[in-house]
Amino acid sequence: MTELWQPSAEISSLHKRAEIIAQIRQFFANKGVLEVDTPSMSHASVTDVHLASFKTMFVGPGFAKGAPLYLQTSPEFAMKRLLAAGCGPIYQICKSFRNEESGRHHNPEFTMLEWYRPGFNASALMAEIDELMQQVLHCQPAERKTYRDAFIDVLELDPLSASLAELKALACQLGYQDIAQDERDKDTLLQLLFCMHVEPKIGQQRPCFIYHFPASQAALAKLNHDNPAVAERFELYYQNMELANGFDELTDSDEQAQRFAQDNLKRESLGLEPVAIDKRFIAALSSGLPSCSGVALGIDRLVMLALNKKTIAEVIAFDITRA
Amino acid sequence: MANYSTNEFKGGLKFMMDGEPCSILENEVVKPGKGQAFNRVKVRKLISGKVLEKTFKSGETVEGADVMDHDLDYLYTDGEFWHFMNNETFEQLAADEKAVGDAVKWLVENNTCTLTLWNGSPISVTPPNFVELEITDTDPGLKGDTAGTGGKPATLTTGAVVRVPLFVQIGEIVKVDTRTGEYVGRVQK
Repeated sequence: MTELWQPSAEISSLHKRAEIIAQIRQFFANKGVLEVDTPSMSHASVTDVHLASFKTMFVGPGFAKGAPLYLQTSPEFAMKRLLAAGCGPIYQICKSFRNEESGRHHNPEFTMLEWYRPGFNASALMAEIDELMQQVLHCQPAERKTYRDAFIDVLELDPLSASLAELKALACQLGYQDIAQDERDKDTLLQLLFCMHVEPKIGQQRPCFIYHFPASQAALAKLNHDNPAVAERFELYYQNMELANGFDELTDSDEQAQRFAQDNLKRESLGLEPVAIDKRFIAALSSGLPSCSGVALGIDRLVMLALNKKTIAEVIAFDITRA
Repeated sequence: MANYSTNEFKGGLKFMMDGEPCSILENEVVKPGKGQAFNRVKVRKLISGKVLEKTFKSGETVEGADVMDHDLDYLYTDGEFWHFMNNETFEQLAADEKAVGDAVKWLVENNTCTLTLWNGSPISVTPPNFVELEITDTDPGLKGDTAGTGGKPATLTTGAVVRVPLFVQIGEIVKVDTRTGEYVGRVQK
């Protein structure tokens, strides 16, 4: 038998990976940010239609008939419950799990760095991420661009005011007739155009923050105070890699519950299984989440950039094909 | 034929696109952290041979193409069709000019070729990687020049023209790489 037992990463890469992770822990220790560890399994999960959770069954004392548990796609809900309990600034380095994702930049389980800063707005948090990036990657300071400007620069169409028909016409013109002709969701077309045409043009020389995503792609971010068409959500791109996603966090429990319910309606219309809404998270929000910003950063991708590796398999001990 | 979802995409998968069978060369998933995933694939159209890129929304399905490769021995041509035979079943198949394409210049009797069949009919013929053919015409090289700087053109029995070293003469048999059309060496008769 010639079983593929060997690691997918070189041992030297694992050494460098460990150094980077130690460097990240030192970065937060110096700033007095507390390291926490929250559950990988939870009774509830994320409702986002584009995230697929792994589900397993717990059987044991108190749960004779079994209780479904979800593997977390990110530690966001649990960390926000800690924030609501008054823990102050926190970070976590943990495994996150996303079903249906595997490829050059994806492994169904991956290592996430997530941190929260009470009292920071999105801009202040971007500055801190930039500082970490420069320390780990020795890169130049990041540039910042609004989603709207980045989109217009490349595609000469305003993504916020464009109609569905205009987006369809542009997608067809760029060769995506099959996707565009029957599409009724503006966000799908925006994501298609952004991924395929804008992303390859940004963050090549230095990291690039894209901020003020359309409100329809707000996820768990606050809407902008002066312009509710955009959300206080940002993403970090560097050398064709989507590295981090951050929010000035939505603290309104009613609006959050409403967004979850909307997600589940959308899931139903797409023939997807609805996901149990995290009532403990909603309860934490209504008891009062301090105004804060948070970000999730893919550590494997960060290591890929630091070591100049082309695939995620080369920076993790065993990728899914060898797990 | 079965349908395939984008999750089944991988190199070599055959499916129908614009009414033509295609084969996947590369498949890459593009998935934003928040948002719709897409599959960006590079495909070869199996009839026209064109290579192109195409993007699918992940989760979509495509119609599979009934495309199979068979190893058959080349027999002869009647001018209109090229006839091949399965060495085990002795079943014969005829490929037209369009299916044979450029392979025509590498067809040697009794050589085993790979025929790609779509719904049972040949759509392309792939000759063996190496064939041996006799030179029917070439300029007599200068005596003593064996370095073969640039070589010279030589016509083979099938009509193919390849560059050979200057010392190679009419009547000699040469081995040629059919994938690149390059001369590999002389063959002892």
